[in-house]
Amino acid sequence: MLKDEDRIYQNLYGQQDWKLAGARARGDWSGTAEIIAKGRDALIEEMKASGMRGRGGAGFPTGMKWSFMPKQSDGRPSYVVINADESEPGTCKDRDIIRNEPHKLIEGALIASFAMGANKAFIYIRGEYYNEAQRLQFAIDEAYEAGLIGKNAAGSGWDFDLVLQRGAGAYICGEESAMLESLEGKKGMPRMKPPFPAAMGLYGCPTTVNNVETIAGVPTIMRRGGAWFAGLGKPKNAGTKIFCISGHVNNPCNVEEELGIPLRELIEKHAGGVRGGWDNLGAVIPGGASSPVLNKAMCDTQLMDFDSLAASKSMMGSGAIIVMDKSVDVVKAIWRLSKFFKHESCGQCTPCREGTGWMMRQMDRIVQNKATLADIHLLEQVTTQVAGHTICAFGEASSWPIQGMMRAFRPEVEARATDYQPPVAAQAAE
Amino acid sequence: MAKLTIDGIEVEVPNGSTVIQACEAAGIEIPRFCYHERLSVAGNCRMCLVEIEKMPPKPVASCGQPVADGMVVHTDSEMVRKGRRGVMEFLLINHPLDCPICDQGGECDLQDEAVAYGRDTSRYEEDKRSVAQPDWGPLVRTTMTRCIHCTRCVRFTTEVAGTAELGGTFRGESTQIGTYVQKALTSELSGNIIDLCPVGALTSKPYAFTARPWELRKTDSIDVLDALGSNIRIDARGAEVLRILPRINDEVNEEWLGDKSRFSVDGLKRRRLDRPWIRENGKLRPASWEEAFAAIAGKIKATAPEKIGALVGDLADVESMLALKEFMAGQGSANIDCRIDGAAYDVSKRAFYSFNTTIAGIEEADALLIIGSNPRHEAPVLNARIRKRWLAGKFQVGVIGEKADLTYKTTHLGEGPAALQALLDGTHEFAEVLKGAAKPMLIIGAGALARPDGAALHATAWKLATQFNMLNAEWHGFNVLQHAASRVGALDLGLLPGTNGLSAQAMLGGAADVLWLLGADNEAVRNIPNSSFVIYQGHHGDAGASRADVILPGAAYTEKDGTYVNTEGRVQSAYIAVKPPGDAREDWRILRAISAYLGHALPYDTLEQLRAHLKANYPVFGQEFRRFAGTDTAAPASYGALGDAPFTPALANYYQTDVISRSSPTMAACVAAHNPALAEAAE
Repeated sequence: MLKDEDRIYQNLYGQQDWKLAGARARGDWSGTAEIIAKGRDALIEEMKASGMRGRGGAGFPTGMKWSFMPKQSDGRPSYVVINADESEPGTCKDRDIIRNEPHKLIEGALIASFAMGANKAFIYIRGEYYNEAQRLQFAIDEAYEAGLIGKNAAGSGWDFDLVLQRGAGAYICGEESAMLESLEGKKGMPRMKPPFPAAMGLYGCPTTVNNVETIAGVPTIMRRGGAWFAGLGKPKNAGTKIFCISGHVNNPCNVEEELGIPLRELIEKHAGGVRGGWDNLGAVIPGGASSPVLNKAMCDTQLMDFDSLAASKSMMGSGAIIVMDKSVDVVKAIWRLSKFFKHESCGQCTPCREGTGWMMRQMDRIVQNKATLADIHLLEQVTTQVAGHTICAFGEASSWPIQGMMRAFRPEVEARATDYQPPVAAQAAE
Repeated sequence: MAKLTIDGIEVEVPNGSTVIQACEAAGIEIPRFCYHERLSVAGNCRMCLVEIEKMPPKPVASCGQPVADGMVVHTDSEMVRKGRRGVMEFLLINHPLDCPICDQGGECDLQDEAVAYGRDTSRYEEDKRSVAQPDWGPLVRTTMTRCIHCTRCVRFTTEVAGTAELGGTFRGESTQIGTYVQKALTSELSGNIIDLCPVGALTSKPYAFTARPWELRKTDSIDVLDALGSNIRIDARGAEVLRILPRINDEVNEEWLGDKSRFSVDGLKRRRLDRPWIRENGKLRPASWEEAFAAIAGKIKATAPEKIGALVGDLADVESMLALKEFMAGQGSANIDCRIDGAAYDVSKRAFYSFNTTIAGIEEADALLIIGSNPRHEAPVLNARIRKRWLAGKFQVGVIGEKADLTYKTTHLGEGPAALQALLDGTHEFAEVLKGAAKPMLIIGAGALARPDGAALHATAWKLATQFNMLNAEWHGFNVLQHAASRVGALDLGLLPGTNGLSAQAMLGGAADVLWLLGADNEAVRNIPNSSFVIYQGHHGDAGASRADVILPGAAYTEKDGTYVNTEGRVQSAYIAVKPPGDAREDWRILRAISAYLGHALPYDTLEQLRAHLKANYPVFGQEFRRFAGTDTAAPASYGALGDAPFTPALANYYQTDVISRSSPTMAACVAAHNPALAEAAE
């Protein structure tokens, strides 16, 4: 279990002052200029050494991502865009960072932007986070006033501007290239890759998009060293991560923990256990709406890190753990997610536009006990026709919850088919 | 260059190409709906999936994937087929299977690809999506339920047409392509979205439910409703021309066509002259060819040659104009003119009256000055080429004349000749733009040339061209934008008053006692004094016919083999698609017949002989088209002084500029949709 002094977010629960004075008391903004004085390459190396993997969901190594940015400008400016469009159902970690630790994010934005040669960074915040946007803007203004950002930011000699932009409530704008489109004032629709944002991103300039949690962790890593961060968690799955535990637990919470912690320990230590005890556990969605669901047998031994979850054919995602006890109709829960994806599909490319609607309607049939076994088989095929054929990862993500359900709860799904024959009855017939 | 192996075929393509282009270079067709060579890459239909080795194990959309050296591509593997079948199924689940009542049937990409990748039955048992049918004006019929969201129409209007009036509203499977607020499309190029639409969502409204593509006889031809000489295909069934589509010619119209050229086709069936007429006691009566010829011969024989004149209209083909010229020469008359709009500037050299930069050459230019012209109305496809150049960047456009939305950003220098003088003096800042350009060009249009000081303006424009280095050994930046299809050909033939010959204005004013109008049909024709005996040879009953004393029914451009010279001076051939109606005849034959009747038979009996005669006497018609450099800087003659009146648009109304478009109900509907005041005035 993570020791208190190893927590990056000392004020995750907002018990202390979130403003600049409070942040300074917790050590933020101390020696920022010295960190920047180490130079771009040293910062990127430190980031690589820390083993930090992107906290937005895909888990791409952050240091490597930073190193893709051009070292020498060809005349175009570089940009850093911070993804605060936290729209994945069940996820609320960025929200608490912005509410209670905004200066960690702002300082991280400065250091990261310097490391990538960007004089300007944008924070694209989810439109529904109105109060959070107010608070973050207050913190940005504070930082400007204190000379921590702006011209010669924090006395480092680096000019840095930070712009907060509110989204308008589209899930797809959390996809990095759709976010860039939206920032440019266009309809939020993902771009084709290549070109990747590091080559042609915002306004056609080199751009890196990082998650809030990734950036907010940067100052602490720089202060305590990459080795410290790498020493936490598991190899290749280093460091700490905020988990958002919601659903049928006694004490739903956000908690910062080491990667690789067993799921059961995480739930029982921090969330007060499953309602009615561990044996009452029905299913867990371990990483936000698009991550495939786990059944209880899987949960018993599941470790919470990128690679262990990938081995269970699920994923770490944003770390939003949705716990469902035995009272939950898993099929209906997954149907609700299908409905969400159908509603949020941007409609650009064919498989997602047409497939999400079809999948939802097919789920409808199963939920209403109108489906046949052939319908269930068809649904499974439709999910494979979507996955791998879309422009963006969000398109295929719409098929993952159903595929996960088919893997973990096939018997429960088939039992709802109109032409289902229970195994016992089948034997009796013979 | 990058070397790829595609299905075992090695192919080399330039760096920066996409895989789909490499596949085409290898001769492999990749199915596609959203990808189009002349539009930006959207990558949204996902039909062009291919498998590329050493990439993540999933199919890749070939339209957006850049080539890399050593790439190994499979276009027909199991993974590819499965991917495409899946996409096809998705496209079809919400696509109404109403092919039997869909106009796209037979030329539908979705239909064709469904044969290759579709299932025999649908596995989708839910209700299909249905979408309202918005009204996009008189040209484009919408059935948006059939839309597969390829966004070709959106990209066309945004990129090529420059009107940005289409877009997607809502999201996911509720996405609808539309005009946001219901309205008629304002682009002059809107018909092209019908060709671009891969399914039957956008079809031609006037052509709705008319024919199936396999019933049509297809004839290559040249458009004459503007002076661009757009390459077209005429689709006819029986004696009827049903529709006109563009053909690809990258030098001229790429693959676009203006709405007037595309949709005026119904004008070819209305108000046609299908027999000769003779005016007796102030009233026209039907007559036979024999009677008509007798009436004309009697008049011509009784008139002194210097009192016989001829005028040529805007739609005439080179063959009939040559026959007219030689017919007049046979009568001993020097009174012939093609400039019925009164554009009396120096045309002694070809460079003085043609579009010397060439249409494709616009893409090389780096600054443009437009004088007295609205290319959007006078040649919409050429205007799209200017926009294409403008979109590529570092291209400034100055306009002298009417302030109009040309679909690209312009600097307005002034309304009239004073702005030209300011440029010559260097007092206007746009002079710096022209000075700084390596390949500047100017376009002078009829708004400046067809006025009393046209010759002076023409000479001033030439002076500008020489002063700003538009004429040099590599580049010719002086351009006259004609809007009459016959004009350059007529000037090449020298259809101008001979020694002591009467000008067009004089003849229109009654200076000729016998006046032969070869399709001359502008409004001024109505006011020819009664003292003139007017012979109208043409195909539509309009201004010319209503004033005529004898009417000889000719053939429209779809009804004869003809040669046309476009504004660049490009000589192009059109082929006969249908026969002229009734007793109407090809125009050169009429002139050949009456020349024999009058005893001065023209020296050719067949079209081949006429063309041989044409090439022998006017070598320009036998030469291959090429661009000329501006090495000859000798200025055109200038007469008269510059006026100070502002330039007025040459075409007040894009949709109705000639007898064919004025006879077209579709064009009338366009006027009613876009300019109700004008439509009411016409009634």
